[in-house]
Amino acid sequence: MNAATFAIIVASATPLIFAAIGETITEKAGVVNLSLDGSMLLSAMTGFAIAYTTGSVELGLLAGMATSGFVAFVVAFGGIRLRVNQIAVGLILTYFATKLSALLGGEFVRKPGPSVQKMSLPVLEDIPFFGEILFQQNPLVYFSFLLVIASFWWIFHTRRGLDLQAIGERPEAAFARGIPVNTLRYFYTVLGGAFVGLGGAAFSLDAKMGWSEGHIANYGWIALAIVIFGGWHPLRVAFGCYLFGAIQIVALKMQPTLPDLAQVLPIAPFPLMILTLVFLNMRVVQSFTMRFKGIGRLIRGTAPSALGESFWPD
Amino acid sequence: MNSLQQTKYFAGAITISLVVSIFFLWLLEAPLVDTAKLLVEGAFGTNQRIGDTFMIWVPLLLASASLVVTFSAGLWNIGVEGQIVAGAVAASFVAREVQGSTTVILTLMVIGGFVGGALWGLLVGVLRVRGGVNEIFGGIGLNFVATGLIVYLVIGPWSRDGVASTGGTEPFGPQAWFPTIDGLRVSPLALIIAFVSLASVMFLLSKTHFGLRLRATGKNPLAANRFGIATSRYLLMAFIIGGGVAGLAGVTQAGAVYHRLVPSISGGYGFLAILIVLLARFRGLWVIPIALFFATIAMASFQWQLRLGLHSALGGVIQGVLVLSVVLVMGYQEVRQQREQSNSRDDAAL
Repeated sequence: MNAATFAIIVASATPLIFAAIGETITEKAGVVNLSLDGSMLLSAMTGFAIAYTTGSVELGLLAGMATSGFVAFVVAFGGIRLRVNQIAVGLILTYFATKLSALLGGEFVRKPGPSVQKMSLPVLEDIPFFGEILFQQNPLVYFSFLLVIASFWWIFHTRRGLDLQAIGERPEAAFARGIPVNTLRYFYTVLGGAFVGLGGAAFSLDAKMGWSEGHIANYGWIALAIVIFGGWHPLRVAFGCYLFGAIQIVALKMQPTLPDLAQVLPIAPFPLMILTLVFLNMRVVQSFTMRFKGIGRLIRGTAPSALGESFWPD
Repeated sequence: MNSLQQTKYFAGAITISLVVSIFFLWLLEAPLVDTAKLLVEGAFGTNQRIGDTFMIWVPLLLASASLVVTFSAGLWNIGVEGQIVAGAVAASFVAREVQGSTTVILTLMVIGGFVGGALWGLLVGVLRVRGGVNEIFGGIGLNFVATGLIVYLVIGPWSRDGVASTGGTEPFGPQAWFPTIDGLRVSPLALIIAFVSLASVMFLLSKTHFGLRLRATGKNPLAANRFGIATSRYLLMAFIIGGGVAGLAGVTQAGAVYHRLVPSISGGYGFLAILIVLLARFRGLWVIPIALFFATIAMASFQWQLRLGLHSALGGVIQGVLVLSVVLVMGYQEVRQQREQSNSRDDAAL
């Protein structure tokens, strides 16, 4: 594999990074937004539709963020204010948003539209090997790097990040310390949703260039799975996205020579992720990671304890 | 429980979804009266259409019955799509390999489909109970695997002679076709299977000791465990029964609708059934009319597209609006009711 191939992998994983990091932020706050598969389709559609009609890619990306941000708000409102099961709301919204994207996006199907333009970063692009992979990309890709690092720093190295972890792990204790649990949960759910929407719009305005019905179906589920696979840790989630991107690209490259294997490879990440989880949950491995805490921290991750549970202070 | 208040809110939710649906129709510049007329005519206008509506009703009933079992155990079985596929694959295997009379073949297809779906469901269960993999994640993962498997079979070992297309396998021999009413596509046997399955599931859950323990596991697994119920065994049983019933939907799809194996055999009915069961609030009896209504909308969608040029996704949007508004409004009703109760408790304390 040469640098050009790695560059393609990085570019193709970018929409997934936005979605998976967005969902990581949401779930860290204790809210599960299961609507991703529909939500991303809808934001891919609105993002493309707005960019197509206005000619502005930036407006398209913002429209995508607003779309999935709103979908996430419905999840938060249902789960927090109405105390409806978050999984139920998420699944209903998955279906609804998928159908809505098809219904409203009908007139934009397979139209050529604007897309994010490549912009190499001066100086950095000349770094041998890595320059081509990382810095001869477009601004969305650079923003995805920033998002991964910023979310990691925010969650684990700031005071507010500690609050974020607290409302997802032990909301009662956080509330007792004066943290406005539900307000923050609304905030992080909508924020995470906005990144999910950026991921959706990044598909139609960059990675897959254009809109057609259901053409990014399943990526939402993949993003949700990568959050679990990455143990709710932004860096490992990003690693999962790139790994997924790599498998996809390898499958694509093998299409002419090994068509049978190329058919199977696109679904391979899912069983692989499941097996990895099973492996990590095996008793032998667990006791091993208990003994060697450093390695344990590196490979294991547990869901926020209050994930999916509503919290009401009264 | 104040059922009058509940009814009022329920009616409110229906009104909201009606208004939103009409808004979408207005947005699409659809003629309201014709659209409403076609909703009924599209599903029940001719004997042919009634038959077709029933054949959408069947997999919806079966998938819903499956989900009622797993929901009762407190499980989110999103893997129901994969279990339908597994049932269809198993039934297709029987249809392709077994020679004999229609009775023998169909019986074996039903048994095989149940076992196929049950095993696929059990896999999700084992991953959850033994592997620590959440059933939503495991279920979706196995849906992908099932889709991969069916595509592999259709273009690979079971492909039609000479052509490797994703169009489907060679049709089954006539002995493996579910008998239909003359001139129609409706199979009474498939309807019987659906209703017997739903009735059995409801009986099992509400009238047996097993069902009681299963529901206890779903309501409060910790308490159930402390009470001496081997909860993980009950979770696995829920996956076996639920998966098996979902597998039957695969059997009727393969044996009574397509008469062969096609990649889209599940028709998305598994996922739609999740919405049905949520709308029915997990009660088996309510599943019957709601599933029929959803089948009606699915049929109407064809006619809306054919006769009025409306997008085929319109029906799905209406279904989504309906379920979303009912679930949210009923949630609001429960929150209000709890608040009133706690208020009146406070008053009484004074």
